[in-house]
Amino acid sequence: MIAQLLFFLLAVTAIAAALGMLIARNPVSSALWLVLNLFCIAGLYLTLQATFLGVIQVLIYAGAIMVLFLFVIMLLNLEALPHPRDIDWGKVFAFVVVMLVLAQLVYVVALGLNVLPTFSTTPEQAALTGSAQALGRELLTRYIMPLQVIGILLLAATIGAVMLAKRRFV
Amino acid sequence: MSPAFLVGLILLLPLVGAAFSGLGGLFFPGLRRYKVLLGTLATLAVAVPFGLTLQLFATYSGEPLVTRFFTWMAAGSLELAFQYRIDELSLVMTLIVTGVGALIHLYSIGYMYEDRGYWKYFSYLNLFIFMMLNLVLADNLTLLFLGWEGVGLCSYLLIGFWYEDFKNSEAANKAFIVNRVGDAAFLLAMFLLFREAGSLDFGTLLADPSALPTGVVSVAVLLLFIGATGKSAQIPLFVWLPDAMAGPTPVSALIHAATMVTSGLYLFARISPLALATPDVLVVVALVGALTALMAATIALTQYDIKKVLAYSTVSQLGYMFMAAGVGAFFVSIFHVLTHAFFKACLFLGSGSVIHAMHHVEHALHKRGHHGHLDPQDMRTMGGLGRFMPATRTTYLVATLAIAGFPLTAGFFSKDEILFKAFEYGYNGHTYAWIVWGLGVVTALLTAFYMMRSYVLTFEGAPRWPMADQVHPHESPPTMTVPLWVLAALSLVGGFVGLPSVIAHGEWNLIHHYLGASNGGPVAEPALHAHVPLALEWLLIGLGAAIALIGLYWSWSAYRRYGLAYDEMLRARLGAFYRIWAAKYYWDELYDRMVVQPLLRFARYGLAAFDQKVIDGAVNGVARLMTELGQRVRQVQTGVVQAYAVAIVLGVALVLMFMLFG
Amino acid sequence: MEITLNWYLALGVVLFTLGVLGVLFRRNAIVILMSVELMLNAVNLTLVALSQAMGDVSGQVLVFFVIAVAAAEAAVGLAIVIALFRKKVTVDVGAFNLFKY
Repeated sequence: MIAQLLFFLLAVTAIAAALGMLIARNPVSSALWLVLNLFCIAGLYLTLQATFLGVIQVLIYAGAIMVLFLFVIMLLNLEALPHPRDIDWGKVFAFVVVMLVLAQLVYVVALGLNVLPTFSTTPEQAALTGSAQALGRELLTRYIMPLQVIGILLLAATIGAVMLAKRRFV
Repeated sequence: MSPAFLVGLILLLPLVGAAFSGLGGLFFPGLRRYKVLLGTLATLAVAVPFGLTLQLFATYSGEPLVTRFFTWMAAGSLELAFQYRIDELSLVMTLIVTGVGALIHLYSIGYMYEDRGYWKYFSYLNLFIFMMLNLVLADNLTLLFLGWEGVGLCSYLLIGFWYEDFKNSEAANKAFIVNRVGDAAFLLAMFLLFREAGSLDFGTLLADPSALPTGVVSVAVLLLFIGATGKSAQIPLFVWLPDAMAGPTPVSALIHAATMVTSGLYLFARISPLALATPDVLVVVALVGALTALMAATIALTQYDIKKVLAYSTVSQLGYMFMAAGVGAFFVSIFHVLTHAFFKACLFLGSGSVIHAMHHVEHALHKRGHHGHLDPQDMRTMGGLGRFMPATRTTYLVATLAIAGFPLTAGFFSKDEILFKAFEYGYNGHTYAWIVWGLGVVTALLTAFYMMRSYVLTFEGAPRWPMADQVHPHESPPTMTVPLWVLAALSLVGGFVGLPSVIAHGEWNLIHHYLGASNGGPVAEPALHAHVPLALEWLLIGLGAAIALIGLYWSWSAYRRYGLAYDEMLRARLGAFYRIWAAKYYWDELYDRMVVQPLLRFARYGLAAFDQKVIDGAVNGVARLMTELGQRVRQVQTGVVQAYAVAIVLGVALVLMFMLFG
Repeated sequence: MEITLNWYLALGVVLFTLGVLGVLFRRNAIVILMSVELMLNAVNLTLVALSQAMGDVSGQVLVFFVIAVAAAEAAVGLAIVIALFRKKVTVDVGAFNLFKY
């Protein structure tokens, strides 16, 4: 009972936050709506017993990435962009296409409606799978190479970002 | 050396000569300076085949020899090969082509010496010999046609040899285009024969003429005759030959007197079994020949250009040959081809010698300050050349006597034979042959007259060019006079191979024995039952001799006495006739009005407009379409990233669609 | 009713679609980047849901890596936006059309 309630609450809030992010005029508002969305998703991870990732989501995604976004927005001191005047038929076409994709994806999900009716694992098993231990073990044994590569990737991104944003390109 | 090898050599040597002079001169300009070398090699390329042909002639067994080299094309039931036939007829023709051809090559070495295009000339001339040999040695109609077209091409190249003067190019075009009309008829005949007979080989076609339906054979032979009127300059397709005199004189001698123009006659001799099966067509052939002969003779009477006189004379003599063919005496037409080659080539080469000399007179006059225009071919500014050019004068006189039919010359025997055969055919019940005979007799008189006129106006009397006391022409070099002597000698004795049947009942008519089907040769003959009595034959011979002598003497005395003024007297006496003859019966004007102008108008307003509006419109339209399309399509590139993102999403949608429902 | 896997997947689909709409329709470059983050989050949700449903932790390892890459991408993307802003003093993507025909 509580589980359903929690899920619906989190789901609706996530969708609402996403819509808010889309519609907001002020970029700062957009960013804040996105933060709310990320928190909701973290909540959803927790309902799935993926504890480690739920925490990581809050720490890294909401805590670091969004902060970065807000820094940049405020650094650039942006204002809201004006409304477009007349109907852009290109945009109508784009909207139709996206709705088409949505429909197709919903169809796919609906197709699998009777494939996996329940979780094949119990919550206890799921909690074990989602624990830091399990994740850590996999990361440091099977996925040790990608882990190292990710490290180098982050290093490269850091250097790249610094160099791109400098006043004079070195 | 096997006969097959000899045949190959005979055909290839002129081709190699042409390639050497042509390609060598083209790619190695330094070679062009070695004129004597080029000329000698070119002459050898024809003289050696003559020698080889003599050997074939001497060792000929009587059985036709067919040599096959390789297949030309094979499609369905049609199989054409480069296949050559050696028999009596082709041997005689090959001897003429290579023999007279070699003499003319020798002559050209001297005649064309100062010309810049010397190397090109010999290349074309050798190529011509190659094509002509293909024509006369071919064993199927298609290969013959290849040679037929090939000589047409070489004729075009050589008539328009001095192409910088546009008139020469026009003459070349005229020759080629008029011939093309005839060639179209030839092609139709080939198609028809192939459809009916299933093969174009002479072996198959001529073996049994009665196997083919007579209607088909008649149409085919008629079409072939139309083709022959083009190549052999008869009515209605003769108009190119007088214009062809624009080419160098040795070309006129070789192509337009001795060899190419006789192709039609050779064709008829070759298909004689078929032709004899269509008596109605033969009537047409004979009458056309007779009318052409008479018409051309009347025109020749009024001409002042010495080459034009000889050109019309050639047309007239070709008419004689067709008269012979039209009464079934095909071997006699070949006999006249032989003798005509001798005396007409001699006449043309002689005129070339005269023209050469008059050119030098013109140059000398220019140097002395006299700048009027002197046409080296116009007889009105000649006269008295015999004093300065004895060899040319003597040989020209001999040839004139031969063409007129002076007794015991070559022309006497062959022309009389033609007239006799016409008479005999009429005697056998074919009435049209009488008409042919009558026209032939009148034409013989005219021939003697106008030929002697050309001789007297050129070589006798007082010189009529300016400053004649100071400026003299001189005789041509030996390379030019030796061929003249050889041809003159042949014009005297060449007739003895065809002694008429009054002598020993035709036992000494060597050419009849060689070629005629009644003696196993390839040329068919009609079966004649009524024989002309011996006394009548002698009478006819006497008549022929008398006509020749009268014509010659009348012309000689008239023109020696009055010179050019006699032409004025003729003009006065003949009035309207003279005017029509001098205007060449208005043939060119008629063709211009009826054919050329309408065609040009159609091309200019019909086809050209179609080409510009429709075809160019379509092509340009496609280009314009592409440009427009490109203009529209490039507008997709807005440069804005989001537009490209839309495209990506669209792609995702399509892929999903395909994965779900495809 | 039972919260089955499909609910999570459907939620992921909706969030993903909203992210695509954001990429295609917002003209502010930074908001576009944020929309991309939204799309990535939707994918993460799907992966975690499937991973927990099937008991395989590899899905969550992948999510771990996606988060890392998303961070790197956001950093570099924002650096580019700053560099562009220096030139044109705007973050409107419609203004950057040098590749226009």
